[in-house]
Amino acid sequence: MVSGGIRELAWLIPVLPISAFFIIVFIGKKLPGKGAEIGITFTGAAWVLGLLCFQDAIARHGIVERSLTWIRFGGFSLQLGIRVDGLASMMFVVVGLVSVLMQIYSLGYMKGDVRYTWYYAAVNLFTGSMLVLVIANNILQMLVGWELVGVCSYLLIGHWYEEKENSNAAIKAFITTRFGDLGFEIGVILLFVAARTFNIGQIQTLVAHHAISTTLVTIGALLLFCGAIGKSAQFPLHVWLPDAMAGPTPVSALIHAATMVTAGVYMVARIYGLFSASHIALTVIGIIASITMLLAAVLACVQRDIKRVLAYSTVSQLGYMMAAMSVGAATAGVFHLWTHAFFKALLFLGSGSVIHAVHTNDMFEMGGLRKYMPITYVTFLIGSLALAGVPPFAGFWSKDEIVGAAWSSGNHLVFVAGIITAFLTAFYMGRCLTLTFAGRYRRMPVAGGAEADEHEDGDHHLPHESPPSMTWPLIILAALSVVGGLVGTPIHNIFKDWIVIPGAEHGVVVAVMVASIIIAIGGLLIGYAMYVRAPYGFGVIDPLSKLGPFYRAAVNKFYIDDFYLKVIVRPVQYGLSKFVYNVLDQEVIDGAVNLVAAGTVQLGKAVRETDERGVDGVVNGFAWITDKTSYLLRKLQSGNVQGYAAGLFVGVVILAAVLFLRGGI
Amino acid sequence: MALPTIAFWMLAAFTAVTAIFTVTTRNVVHSALGLSAALIGAAALFILFGAQFVGLAQILIYVGAVVILFMFGIMLTGTSIRPVVDNDQRVMAALVAVAVFIVLAAGILTSFGGRKVRFDVAFPTVAIGHALFTTWVLPFEAVSILLLAALVGAIVLARRD
Amino acid sequence: MPVVAPLLLSALMFSCGVYGVLARRHGVMLLIAVELMITAANLNLIVFSQLLHNAIGNIVALFIIAVTAAEVGIGIAIVMLLYRQRGTVAVDEMRLMKW
Repeated sequence: MVSGGIRELAWLIPVLPISAFFIIVFIGKKLPGKGAEIGITFTGAAWVLGLLCFQDAIARHGIVERSLTWIRFGGFSLQLGIRVDGLASMMFVVVGLVSVLMQIYSLGYMKGDVRYTWYYAAVNLFTGSMLVLVIANNILQMLVGWELVGVCSYLLIGHWYEEKENSNAAIKAFITTRFGDLGFEIGVILLFVAARTFNIGQIQTLVAHHAISTTLVTIGALLLFCGAIGKSAQFPLHVWLPDAMAGPTPVSALIHAATMVTAGVYMVARIYGLFSASHIALTVIGIIASITMLLAAVLACVQRDIKRVLAYSTVSQLGYMMAAMSVGAATAGVFHLWTHAFFKALLFLGSGSVIHAVHTNDMFEMGGLRKYMPITYVTFLIGSLALAGVPPFAGFWSKDEIVGAAWSSGNHLVFVAGIITAFLTAFYMGRCLTLTFAGRYRRMPVAGGAEADEHEDGDHHLPHESPPSMTWPLIILAALSVVGGLVGTPIHNIFKDWIVIPGAEHGVVVAVMVASIIIAIGGLLIGYAMYVRAPYGFGVIDPLSKLGPFYRAAVNKFYIDDFYLKVIVRPVQYGLSKFVYNVLDQEVIDGAVNLVAAGTVQLGKAVRETDERGVDGVVNGFAWITDKTSYLLRKLQSGNVQGYAAGLFVGVVILAAVLFLRGGI
Repeated sequence: MALPTIAFWMLAAFTAVTAIFTVTTRNVVHSALGLSAALIGAAALFILFGAQFVGLAQILIYVGAVVILFMFGIMLTGTSIRPVVDNDQRVMAALVAVAVFIVLAAGILTSFGGRKVRFDVAFPTVAIGHALFTTWVLPFEAVSILLLAALVGAIVLARRD
Repeated sequence: MPVVAPLLLSALMFSCGVYGVLARRHGVMLLIAVELMITAANLNLIVFSQLLHNAIGNIVALFIIAVTAAEVGIGIAIVMLLYRQRGTVAVDEMRLMKW
C-alpha cells in the first residue's frame, strides 16, 4: 500500500460525473448547451484525473486505498472506499474516454431529441455509477455501483420509450440482469459471512492464506460469477444485449461495448485471488465462456441489422475475456477489455454514423457507402480489422494472448472455441463491411423518386458524411485502435507491468500467433467473397440461407428467447402474477381493507344509533317530561277563581292540621 | 232540660238544615230564601245568647236589606243557569268542606271540650250604644265612611253609560 | 250547656259556606254562600261573648254586619256588571286569567 500523490484525489473521479448528473437535472434545460456542456466538461475532468492516476499507478506501483466509515453497527462497519491500483486506473481512462467521446458524438447524433437534457443527465449518472463500481474497495460498494449501472442501463435503453418495443427491451435488460444480480448478492453475503469483511484486499488475503474453506471459496466465486453472467451477457443470460440495441447508438457504444458489460470481467479481475483459488469455479467459467463465444459468433453471422451484428460480437468478445480469466490469463483478459473498448466503441459509433445517413439499420439496404462516407468507412474498416484480429491493430495482440494462454494451459475446450470464434469473427465482420460499404448503394433513388427514402429537409436521398462532432470521435478511436494494442505486444509487453493481478499468468506461443493471423485474414476474405456480389433491390436472400434449418434456427436465435418466454415469463405473467393479483391482492388484501371499512361503517352506524336513541332519547326525554309537566302545571292556570279558592282552603286545612298535630295551637 | 237548651237545639237544627239547603238547591231564588231562613235562625240564636241588639240588627240589616239586595241581583241577572248549577269541582269542594269541618271540629273539641256556657248575661242595648260612641267611636266612624264608599262604588259600578 | 254545641253549629255553617263558594256557578249564589260563612263567624263571636261575659264580641259582630252589608252591595254591583258585559253570570266561564 502506497500513499500520497494524485491518487489520493481519486475519489473525485466518480463524484464529478454524479455531480454533473444533479446539475444537469436541476438547471440543465436553462443552459445554452442544454446540459451537454456540463456533462462533457465534468466527464472530461474526471477522465483527465483518471489519466493522472493511471500515470501515477504506472510510475509507482502499489495500491492506494482509502476508506471512510459509512455506518457502524454491532461489531461491523460499512465502508465507502477507494482502491486505486493499475487496474482501476486503467478503467478510469477507458470509461472516461469513451464517455467523453460519445457525449461529444451525441451533440450531433441526438440533436433535437425530445429528451436531450435528460439523456445527458442519465449518461453522466451512468458514468459516475460505473466509476463507483470501479473504484470500490469493498464488494458491497461494488454492488451499489453494480445496481446503479443496471438502473442507468434501463433508463438509457428505454430512452425512446414511446415505442413499446424500446421499453420492452429496457425491461428485458433489467430483469435478465436481475437474475444474475441475485446470485451476486447472495455471493456478497456469503463471502461476508465467511470472511467477516467486505473488503476486497482482505478477502483476497484470507483466501491466499487458506483461511476460508475451499467450498465456500468456490460457492462464493460461482455466485459472484452469476452476476457477471448477467451483466456481461454470458450464456444463458445473454438475451438482453441484442435487444438493448433499441437504445440510441451512442448508448450502445458506451454501455454495451466499453463499460457496463465489462463490469463482470472487471469484477473477476479485481477479485481474481478468489477465483484463481477455485479450480471448479474457473472450469465453470471456462465452459460458459466458450459456449458464449461460439453461440454469439454464430448468431452474428446471420443478422441483417448492423447493430445486432455488433451486439452479438460484443457478447462473443466478452466470452473471450471471460475465457481468458478461466485459463489464468487474467491480464490478457483485461488487455482485451482495453483494446475491445476502443474498437467496439468505434464500430458502434461508426454504425451510428451510417444509420444516421441512410436511416435504416438493415445492411441489405445499404452498400457502396465507402463512396459517400469516406471517414466513416475508413474508421469502420480499421475497427473491423482490429476486431477480426489482424496485426498490427489492437485486437490482434489481445486476442492472440488469450488463445495462446488457452493453448499453454492445456484447456482444449477454450482453445478450440477460441480458434473457431476467431474465424467466425473475421467472417461476419467481412460480411458486415462488404454489405455496408462495398458494391453499390442498394437504395439509389429512381428518377421520379417513388421508393426513395425520406430525408427531413426534403433533400434527395444520397447518403452523406456525418458532421464533425460525429466524425472526430471516430477518428480518435480509430487511432487508438491502431496503437492501443502496441502496449501489449510480446516484444515489449508493458501492459502487464501496469496491471498487476495476483494469480495471473503470462506467456506467448508463436505458432498460435501465426495461426491466428491466417484465420483472421482468411475469414475476412471469405466474408467478402460471399457477399460482394449480393444483389440489390428488395428481398435480398442471404447466401447463408443455403444452410437450411441451421440457418433458420440461427435466425431465431436458437429459440432461446422463445424458451424463456414460454417457460419463465408466461407462467409468471399469467400464472403467478395473476394469482397474486386476483387472489392475494384483490381478495385477501382488498378484502381485509374492505372488511375494515365495513367494520368502520357498522361502528359508525352503531354510534349513530346510540346517539339517536340513547343520547337523543335522553334529551328528548327531558323535553317530553318538561312538556307533560308543564301541561299539567298549566292546568293550574285555569282562570277559574273557584279553583284557586279551593286550593286556598286546602292549604288552610293542611296548615291547620299540621299545627294541630304538632301539639296545639 | 231547661228551656234555653231546648230552644237552642231546635233553633240549631233549623239553622243547620236551612244552611245545607241553601248550598245544595238548584234554584237561585230558593237559595236566597234558604239564606234568609238561616239568617233568621242565626238571629234567634243571637238573642238566645243574650245579644239582643245584634240579633235584631241582624234581622233588620241582613234579612231585611241584604237578602232583598240578593233578590234584586237575581232578578236583574237571570234566575237560573240551566242545566247545571254546580260546577265541575263539586266533589272536590265537598271534600274540602268536610275537611274544613273536621279541622274546625277538632280544634273546637280539643280547646273547649269540657266548658259550659250559661244563658245568664244579657247585653243591654244601652251598654252597647254607650260603648259604640265612646270606646269604639273611631271604628264606628270608619265603618260609616266605608258604607259611604261602598254606596258610591256600587253606583259607579252599576250605572249604565 | 256545653259550649261546643253552638261552636260546632257555627263550624257546620261555615263548612256549608265553603262548599257553596267552591261548588256554585251562579255569581249570586257565591255571595249567598259567603254570607253564610260570615254569619257563622258572627255566631262564634256571640257565643264567646256570652261565655266570657264580655261585650266586645257583640260590638265586633255589629261592625261585621255593617261591613258585610257594604260588601254585598259592591258584590251585587259587580255581578250585575259582569252579567252586562259577558251575558252570563256563570263564574267558571270568566277565565281571563287562563293561560
